[in-house]
Amino acid sequence: MAPSTLSAAFLIARKDLAIEFRTRTAFFSAAVFALLGIVIFYFAWDPTAVASIDLAPGVLWAIFTFSGLLGLQRSFGIEQADRAIDSLLGAPISRESIYLGKAMANLVFVAAVQVIAIPAVQLFYGVPLLENAAPLALIALLAAIGLVAVGTLFSAMAVNTKLAEMLLPVLSLPFFVPVVIPAAQATARLIAGRPGSEIVGWLKLLVAFDIVFVAACTLAFPFTIEE
Amino acid sequence: MTSPSSAGPASDAGKSAGGIDWFFFVAVVAIAAALARVIYYTPYEAVQGPAQKIFYLHLPAALDAFMAFGVVALSGIAYLWLGDLRLDRAAESSAEVGVVFTTVVLVTGPLWARPVWGTWWTWDARLTLTLFLWFIYVGYLVLRGAIDDRALRARYSAILGILGSLLIPFIHLSVYLFRTLHPRPIVIKPSAPSLPPEMLTTLVISFVAFTLFYLALVRQRYRLATERDLLELEEGR
Repeated sequence: MAPSTLSAAFLIARKDLAIEFRTRTAFFSAAVFALLGIVIFYFAWDPTAVASIDLAPGVLWAIFTFSGLLGLQRSFGIEQADRAIDSLLGAPISRESIYLGKAMANLVFVAAVQVIAIPAVQLFYGVPLLENAAPLALIALLAAIGLVAVGTLFSAMAVNTKLAEMLLPVLSLPFFVPVVIPAAQATARLIAGRPGSEIVGWLKLLVAFDIVFVAACTLAFPFTIEE
Repeated sequence: MTSPSSAGPASDAGKSAGGIDWFFFVAVVAIAAALARVIYYTPYEAVQGPAQKIFYLHLPAALDAFMAFGVVALSGIAYLWLGDLRLDRAAESSAEVGVVFTTVVLVTGPLWARPVWGTWWTWDARLTLTLFLWFIYVGYLVLRGAIDDRALRARYSAILGILGSLLIPFIHLSVYLFRTLHPRPIVIKPSAPSLPPEMLTTLVISFVAFTLFYLALVRQRYRLATERDLLELEEGR
């Protein structure tokens, strides 16, 4: 019997995460990349002119998108070896479940990088991120869903082009703008101790982005698969 | 392999190459006439002086660029539904002309902003939006260039064209909330336009001329796309 869309998606997510857990190639490079980025950004500004509390949110979310791209590139890249994608497509599961499974695995990947990057920003920039862990986790989750929804779809498209992974940032980064701006603005207000009413508007924007693009990308995904 | 079109290239794209394209000719004359009116028959704006006249290029180009990307999105939806390559050629042509028009907007904007705002560039909401618009559709053209398979190229482009149009309101909202400096709407707004009648007439003439020019360019570009698809078909690619 064919599994339902959601249970098939969980199976695919588990498969991808098992591969990642056993090889740990992408995760370590993404985590080290994030740490390096956080350190390098610190030296890109004059710390006597720009306070680190003003710098930290932007660094956090810029690094988040770039390290996210590293994971997304691999998402469909691993299916290219031995044409594994063909057996995935031959399985009695819906196309949507392949997309959702890949997206879930990417979400876990991006969240895991965040778990390393957020304490690192707190450590190196001396800003109160972990003191605001619950609202920050909400911002991070909403931002990660939007990033992964679009990035997973573009990853599936990019592997089938001549430019392959070179194309992913060109396609994805404009789409990350409405994710990075609200996330960075909300984080900046959060660590500055501003009232919650100043943050809610940005969160609504993230929620709206997530709803629109999860729906649109799930619908669009079946068209990216070669028949 | 799908055939490039149900009709031949000559019948679905107007006249064959070689003769004078009258549509294109009319569009160029219209642009020249609109420019003549802008330069000689439209009064100077009291505060901004001659610099304001760039507005008659800037706004029509911007409106037509938005229209061009609207055409890309609608053709994309229609292509995914019907699978007719003519729709993809329309999207391809419109996207390319749209990028040219957006480039015009991005060049004329700073030329005006320098004397009036005192800076070439500022991170104003609509400026930022236009810049990202340009990035999205340059990315669209890069994507097209990176795929050899004709049907795959059409499908992926359709997806990106549709998602791009969904993205525009989000970019607009996020950069608008960030901050804005742009002149408030002066033509399309709930009350009557606050532009003097002779300036409004010039603007409308210029908009019509730019739209004709947009259509003429898309028509030419569409014809080229049809020829290319036929050639690729003959080469058995």
